[in-house]
Amino acid sequence: MNPTDLTAVQIREQIGKGSLSAREVTRAFLDRSDRLEPQVHAFLSRSTEDALLRAQELDDLQARGQSAGRLHGVPLALKDLISVRGMPCTCGSRILENYFPPYDATVASRLLAEGAILLGKTNLDEFAMGSSTENSGFHATNNPWDTRCVPGGSSGGSAAAVAAREIPAALGSDTGGSVRQPAALCGVVGLKPTYGRVSRYGLVAFASSLDQIGPLGRSVADAALLLGVIAGHDPQDSTSAVEPVDDYLNQLEGDVRALRLGIPRELPTEGMDSDVLDSYRAAITTLESIGVESVEIDLPTASHAVACYYLISTAEASSNLARYDGVRYGFRAPGQNDLHEMYRRTRHQGFGAEVKRRIILGTYVLSAGYYDAYYLKAQKVRTLIARDFDRAFQRVDAIAMPTTPTPAFRLGEKLADPLQMYLSDIFTITASLAGIPAINVPAGFSRAGLPIGLQLLGKHFAETTILRLARAFEQATDFAQRRPPLE
Amino acid sequence: MPKVTQKDVERVAKLAHLELSAEEKQAFAAQLDEILTYAERIDSLDTEGVEATSHALLRDDAFREDEERPGLAREEVLRLSPSESNKGNGLIRVPKVLP
Repeated sequence: MNPTDLTAVQIREQIGKGSLSAREVTRAFLDRSDRLEPQVHAFLSRSTEDALLRAQELDDLQARGQSAGRLHGVPLALKDLISVRGMPCTCGSRILENYFPPYDATVASRLLAEGAILLGKTNLDEFAMGSSTENSGFHATNNPWDTRCVPGGSSGGSAAAVAAREIPAALGSDTGGSVRQPAALCGVVGLKPTYGRVSRYGLVAFASSLDQIGPLGRSVADAALLLGVIAGHDPQDSTSAVEPVDDYLNQLEGDVRALRLGIPRELPTEGMDSDVLDSYRAAITTLESIGVESVEIDLPTASHAVACYYLISTAEASSNLARYDGVRYGFRAPGQNDLHEMYRRTRHQGFGAEVKRRIILGTYVLSAGYYDAYYLKAQKVRTLIARDFDRAFQRVDAIAMPTTPTPAFRLGEKLADPLQMYLSDIFTITASLAGIPAINVPAGFSRAGLPIGLQLLGKHFAETTILRLARAFEQATDFAQRRPPLE
Repeated sequence: MPKVTQKDVERVAKLAHLELSAEEKQAFAAQLDEILTYAERIDSLDTEGVEATSHALLRDDAFREDEERPGLAREEVLRLSPSESNKGNGLIRVPKVLP
């Protein structure tokens, strides 16, 4: 049995039965990662020695008849925007190149408390700003299905590592689609939970009213397993929800036949790839064939979501990124005469182009004379988008949409045109603005052999519903069985 | 006539304490102009009487007792500073504040 063929749920079972040790599993993923990283470049840092030591400790614990918990011996990777004590946390930025957080994010401590082994930190667009992972201050990541293509972003390192089976599962963060979009482009499962479902404590902030941590895996069950561990109230995050957490994994096989699935009557099909449209229509037919009832719905404000999102998220980002000033942590530009010059030059040298662009845009829309016309107006439009969903969810249990307008695009293709890059988030942004959960599940391949994803959106805190639907879809299709042409 | 000029970019960069190169100023002015022109599509929506949403789900009850709790270790946090000297005295050194 090759451990790298197994999902997180299967690894946990095999280790529990004693047919694999945590050390064997860890070694296998590290070896595979050593072999494939020169092609994929998914990781920014790995903690090989610490991971093997921890695996040994977990094996010793099991030898004494004990289990650390629900993730005993399962190797995981975290997007390098999630703080773990003793590991670097660069956020893909030169400004935090040598930063080691002095504390664990709540998600990291919850994973560790259940016996997970953290193998490393994955690449991302700088401060999660981007849709291709090309904005990383360190290097690009390649799509395992075609290394000339981007993996999507901003959690592109996590998605590529999972698709390449360098790791069974990983965490990313999703502000406007940064878990779902790379999951779609890399052919894996990716879930953005309800806003507040997962604690943001220790997640470096991009846009605080939108940021949410979510799992990526090669099966819906793995997403359910990880969500069950990381979800739940955290007093360290004032936006953390107090709603009880479902047993997502054990409720996965529930009946979906009575469910009503909303299909938006009008999709912004301009610029949409015909293979993606074909896969989307076929996916709806598949869901209908297993007994789901499809119902046409209207989301009249959805076509304004990208505009609304880039006004709100950049405004929040310009405020959140004010903390990188070269004083308390990270990079400081050398040889400056006064404090303000030090701030300006530190930020000039430390930030990359996309981050600067968004700080400028965000500061612009918040500045005197523009606040009402851009920022306040966008917040009101956000209310209209949320109302669209409220209305739709009175009639349906979930909504189906494509995850992305196109399969993975070529490296460099959209770098010179920020607006075109932003428009690649057109289907994921609405759920972010409304704070509802949404999942990407593999739903086909383009004629060029690149993965295509289906997105299922649910009501606030109805993660169980969309996980069940995604699971039923996964069982009815074999897209998740295909493997990228690496080795 | 573009909406966003290089002068605007310079004004905003100053507010954001961000130095930009001449090329960046030029590129950002054109790109921001394009992005904001696209974003103005939201003007066509009637938002009369619509409340602004700051958070999709905002709790208004996230309070705790104001009790003292342990924080991060001072020395460990100070070690993170790129400040070159004055380490060990509990201070962070910065260039002079008044030019």
